[in-house]
Amino acid sequence: MTRIPLAAMIGLFFTGAYFLSAIFAGVIAPYGMAEVVGDSWEPWSATHWLGTDTIGRDLLSRMIWGGQTTIFVAAAATALSFITGSVLGFTAAVLGGWIDQMLSRTVDMFMSIPSLISALLILSVLPSSLITLVVVIGLLDCTRVFRLSRAVAVDITVMDYVEAARLRGEGTAWIIFREILPNALSPLVAEMGLRFIFAVLFISTLSFLGLGIQPPMADWGGIVKENKEGIVYGIPAALVPAVAIATLAISVNLVADWILNRTSSLKGGRG
Amino acid sequence: MSDALLEIKRLRIEATSYPPGEKPRRVTLVDDVSLRLEKGKVLGLIGESGAGKSTIGLTSMAYGRGGVQITGGEIWLKGRDILKGDAAGLRALRGREVTYVAQSAAAAFNPAKQLMEQVVEATVKHGLCSRAEAEARAVVMFRKLGLPNPETIGQRFPHQVSGGQLQRVMTAMALCSKPDLVVFDEPTTALDVTTQIEVLAAIKEAIAETGVAALYITHDLAVVAQVADHIMVLRHGKLVEYGTTKQIIEAPAQDYTRALVSVRSIEHVEKSDGAAPVLSVAGITARYRGTKLDVLSDVTVDLPAGQTLAVVGESGSGKSTLARVITGLLPPSAGRITFAGRQMPPALADRSKDDLREVQMIYQMADVAMNPRQTVGTIIGRPLQFYFGLTGEAKRIRVQELLDQIEMGKGYIDRYPAELSGGQKQRVCIARSLAAKPRLIICDEVTSALDPLVADGILKLLLDLQAKEGVAYLFITHDLATVRAIADRIAVMFKGKVARYGTKTDVLSPPFDDYTDLLLSSVPEMKLGWLENVIANRKMESAGN
Repeated sequence: MTRIPLAAMIGLFFTGAYFLSAIFAGVIAPYGMAEVVGDSWEPWSATHWLGTDTIGRDLLSRMIWGGQTTIFVAAAATALSFITGSVLGFTAAVLGGWIDQMLSRTVDMFMSIPSLISALLILSVLPSSLITLVVVIGLLDCTRVFRLSRAVAVDITVMDYVEAARLRGEGTAWIIFREILPNALSPLVAEMGLRFIFAVLFISTLSFLGLGIQPPMADWGGIVKENKEGIVYGIPAALVPAVAIATLAISVNLVADWILNRTSSLKGGRG
Repeated sequence: MSDALLEIKRLRIEATSYPPGEKPRRVTLVDDVSLRLEKGKVLGLIGESGAGKSTIGLTSMAYGRGGVQITGGEIWLKGRDILKGDAAGLRALRGREVTYVAQSAAAAFNPAKQLMEQVVEATVKHGLCSRAEAEARAVVMFRKLGLPNPETIGQRFPHQVSGGQLQRVMTAMALCSKPDLVVFDEPTTALDVTTQIEVLAAIKEAIAETGVAALYITHDLAVVAQVADHIMVLRHGKLVEYGTTKQIIEAPAQDYTRALVSVRSIEHVEKSDGAAPVLSVAGITARYRGTKLDVLSDVTVDLPAGQTLAVVGESGSGKSTLARVITGLLPPSAGRITFAGRQMPPALADRSKDDLREVQMIYQMADVAMNPRQTVGTIIGRPLQFYFGLTGEAKRIRVQELLDQIEMGKGYIDRYPAELSGGQKQRVCIARSLAAKPRLIICDEVTSALDPLVADGILKLLLDLQAKEGVAYLFITHDLATVRAIADRIAVMFKGKVARYGTKTDVLSPPFDDYTDLLLSSVPEMKLGWLENVIANRKMESAGN
């Protein structure tokens, strides 16, 4: 076990802190999610560490509850997009032929429409719930994962060891999960960090536009939206969730980078 | 003798290595090597991979490949110590006084630029002469090197000429600036034998005519014996033996050199013809999807059980395609494959598990034939589980038995392929195919990526295993020395057809057809003056031209 580099330590610390506070939101949040406890936009104080929001709810509590929603939706959407994207991508690469053509062209079609626009369209029709959000974001994002995993797998399927497995008579599932997946993991892990953050940004954007998480449930994009008028009067409440999104983005990527270095070191090693 | 062109004194080169799962450590690549080269002479550097020969060659330009550091010694070129030179001094030296010919010309040329532009680039950049003069010089070189259409070949792009021609164009590039020293780094290793001999002759003539000195780096002693005045034998970065070519070839003093000289001396008496064929290929014609060219046409060969059929030919002769047809990866457009008395379905998907088990394959590049994320135990154990349902302890015991059979013993079962040497990797691949208890193993150029002594070990192992297990080999190779060592029958392939087929003795005894003659005569022999003899007596041009 090599020592953890400083950048990864910082990343691990912040990522861990955000995830822990999301998981234990009910225990550590000083007030309830929608509890009105003061005047609107009270400044930072000992009772309200981050002040209060536009209608007098405790901002720190809102942030913690909001983090739980945002991180849960983003994580579930990322998991969904990775499972569907990589399985379809590997299948396309291994089977080739018309299956590959059909999948790839469908993905091309979806990618040619900006995903925010497709999401707005779909969400304005479907009933708004957490599950819908997760499925929509996950499926829209899986096109990117499909592209990457197909490209990586195409390089691996031409390797002699995959041919050896085919000659042995192995099934497609074995070839995908035992021969290709372990060798495609490094780029996928790096991509996963990036995609998770894109999912955080995506859900925040949707909430900001009013199509994501619906009030009174809190999420970081929604908190920005609720407090954006305050910026005009010099009230920093809207900046707090923005900082949270930025620090989470950076720290998750520091961790993903470090994992990438560790997993790829089997092949010859760097860092 | 004070007018040495290049003098290397007590050279020491180190690098940092990063073994998987361990701490980085310093390794010594070259230790205490001294050499001296006079004007117009050729020094051959020979050794197996990792011997440090390319590293030494590059230091004559004061250059070390990624991470390599020269930590001791002096390098004197034309009376000055080039290790003490600054960047500008080195720039003036490289490409002007010392030039370099790389092993793979195909990878060294920029595919987007015309040949001429690349050939004269260094000469023009150094301001040695105008572009027009440099181009005229290059055309003279093209002619000297025997390239077709010397006036116009420079306008072609790298993909428009053959591999042998490209290697000669690169030699022209190296000679264009009229350097004092050329470093040839395995210039013919990647070529077919019939092409190699022509490039070799061209290089030798060009060296003689221009009076340039050369360092000739190769792992093939028979090749270097044709061009070098002196030979230096290296092993693990240390000097083994140094002498004139005559002395090294005819009276080697060291054991290691003797082993190199006598490599490929395996005697293999062909087996009698009695056995029934395990594999019969009849009238096979095949082409790749979407193409109109038959890669194989009307190929008919038999392989008796427990014997070895060698399929010989140059690259592009269709020998690997034959293997793909037999394994079912490429269903033929006509013809039948009979295996052990039953007709084999042409496509892989239609074959039964037993059909698949009985035909196994070993690849040229053992590196990519094994999943880098699986341990040796998993790699060899998978066919045991897949075909025979062995699991747990029973599987592990059988894997260990197989490892003993390939002479690797204990301590390897939990290692990853990256932790094995080239020869060990190939042995693991052999064990994996043996695990299926096959009746036929297809060996596709299994020794061509290995050093001669390691390759010998693999061939001996294969012969032993054949004697014990009675397995038949279809042995695909371009190397006739290997064929002599292992084959019972030979099929010579030329442009997708079987040019000559029969028992080893029949195929290798005269009268020959023109192609077999060309192929046989092109195999370098460990003899002085062999090259001149062969060139004088050829009947047919190589297909690579």
